[in-house]
Amino acid sequence: MSQTSSSLMGFVHRRRRGAELFLLVLALAVGIGAYAAVGIGVQEKIPADLFGYGGWLAALVIVAHVVIRVVAPYADPVLLPVVAALNGLGLAVIHRLDLAKEAAGTKHDYAQQQLVWMTLGVILFVATLLVLRDHRNLQRFTYTSGLAAIVLLLLPMLPGIGKSVYGARIWIHLGPFNFQPGEVAKVLLVMTFAGYLVLHRDALALAGRRVVFVDLPRGRDLGPILAMWLVSLGILVFQRDLGSSLLFFGLFLVMLYVATERPGWLVVGALMFAGGATAAYYLFPHVTDRFDIWLHPFDYYNKNGDQAFQPVEAQFGMGWGGLIGRGFGDGDPNRVPFAESDFIVAAIGEELGLTAVIAVVLLYGLIVERALRTALICRDGFGKLLSTGLGSVFALQVFVVVGGVTSLIPLTGLTTPFLSYGGSSLVANWVIVAILLRVSDQARRPAPQLSDDTTAIGDDATQVVKLG
Amino acid sequence: MSELTLFLIRIAYLAILWIFVLSAISVIRSDMFGARVPEAARGGRGAGRAPKPAKQPSKRRGTPTHLAVTEGSNAGERVDLDRAPILIGRGADAAIRLDDDYVSTRHARIAASGDQWFVEDLGSTNGTYVGTVRITQPTTITLGTQVRIGKTILELRK
Repeated sequence: MSQTSSSLMGFVHRRRRGAELFLLVLALAVGIGAYAAVGIGVQEKIPADLFGYGGWLAALVIVAHVVIRVVAPYADPVLLPVVAALNGLGLAVIHRLDLAKEAAGTKHDYAQQQLVWMTLGVILFVATLLVLRDHRNLQRFTYTSGLAAIVLLLLPMLPGIGKSVYGARIWIHLGPFNFQPGEVAKVLLVMTFAGYLVLHRDALALAGRRVVFVDLPRGRDLGPILAMWLVSLGILVFQRDLGSSLLFFGLFLVMLYVATERPGWLVVGALMFAGGATAAYYLFPHVTDRFDIWLHPFDYYNKNGDQAFQPVEAQFGMGWGGLIGRGFGDGDPNRVPFAESDFIVAAIGEELGLTAVIAVVLLYGLIVERALRTALICRDGFGKLLSTGLGSVFALQVFVVVGGVTSLIPLTGLTTPFLSYGGSSLVANWVIVAILLRVSDQARRPAPQLSDDTTAIGDDATQVVKLG
Repeated sequence: MSELTLFLIRIAYLAILWIFVLSAISVIRSDMFGARVPEAARGGRGAGRAPKPAKQPSKRRGTPTHLAVTEGSNAGERVDLDRAPILIGRGADAAIRLDDDYVSTRHARIAASGDQWFVEDLGSTNGTYVGTVRITQPTTITLGTQVRIGKTILELRK
């Protein structure tokens, strides 16, 4: 992580707010177009509230854009449009599943709730950008946010407010309000890791000895990685949440590797992960089930309830969708239980086909690329680690959930960022994007030009000077 | 609604989705190297036409006029501040070419902002020190402030 001076390299980043606006218009076309296509496909007419819905969506996006223009003019131009497009597409697919359920007799308004959550997400996005003027201020809260993250992760274990939903104890319940504290904890954990590693990376990177071909870290430096391993195992054991434990452990490994540039950590981490996963397979029946269903889904199709029915139906759906999908309204995505949350990618695969799934995965790839690019050009170590961490949260989460839905890896419950129905996830991800934009604004802003105003004094005649 | 219309709507939607993806990628592509700073705005102003207008403020009392090497193998060398920004290093384009193993090719530069002078490290290996502190960002220096680069010490003089 060497310090570079962009003024020396001979270029500055442009603001690109116009490009962002252009992409936002296209993103709105993706979101509102999907809503209109759902109406035409399912109800054979353009939905009556198209203008109200589209106007609301456009207003949210424009507010976010104007706030960026004012408080973060150099921020990355691609992130907000990509996020807006994913969120719009997700809303339309959730709306389509609502309509299917309505046709089957039960009334659902998940799409409206999701729109309310999106509004809250954009409000928090704006608030984050307004309050957080410099991402380096977050470094002060390294240990505070670590403590807060652990408390949040423990909250669902408390009797009274914690509750078990479909086996996983990751929800808290406050009056009419359901919340998944793990989603907020992941943002706080990235801040903690970044703050911790930026201070201790030298000790972690330089001390240690070489065994065979691998640089092994010192025993005492293994402390944090062991602690993180135990936390993620704890989540796996006590909250029965396979996805989150994978996410947190993977996140820590990636950040450790990026901070120290030592592949030894990856080897150690991969071995610990393999050990933990093998032990979990033999010790916990729900992990064993997940593995067996992944390996032999069709043997379990009719045996134990939803567990195998869900991934198998998702595969049928995606197979039926094929290359360009059935079209909105012609598929049966509601056959898959929880199609609107965990299995929303399967619903997209069924009605819009592989073409759209590839586009969606590419959009996530763009988010991750922009986060890593921000890390590359960022001037301070904390910002580099922060944006790497936030980018890898998206990368890991999308890999785990899309991999699970498409049966590449055993199924674990995680939300698909911005697409899935689920308030806590949506709000937390909007905040993550706000932090990423703040870091990229700092990184792309040109360094102050020192010699500029010396010659501005007494400038009588401007003349062109040719050099060399 | 006819089968064909639905098919066309589906294809049109997929096209919109991909147009969005591809335009996002093209924005990234055009953003890859940023915008070039026009040459005239960079070195041209400071180096080429500084002498005339920059003279006026330097007439004031207490304003440094040149940068001198006080210690090290190049001790005694001096450069007029009119040539600001002054590049210091071992490279051929440096205004002060230091013959010092601990100095990088383009080590640091000294530039003015208003009537204040700044020293800025250009990502050198061994760092630039103002007093005893290694600097990480442009730092103000005044008359007589010792700037250490490798084994060399420089300061602003009247």
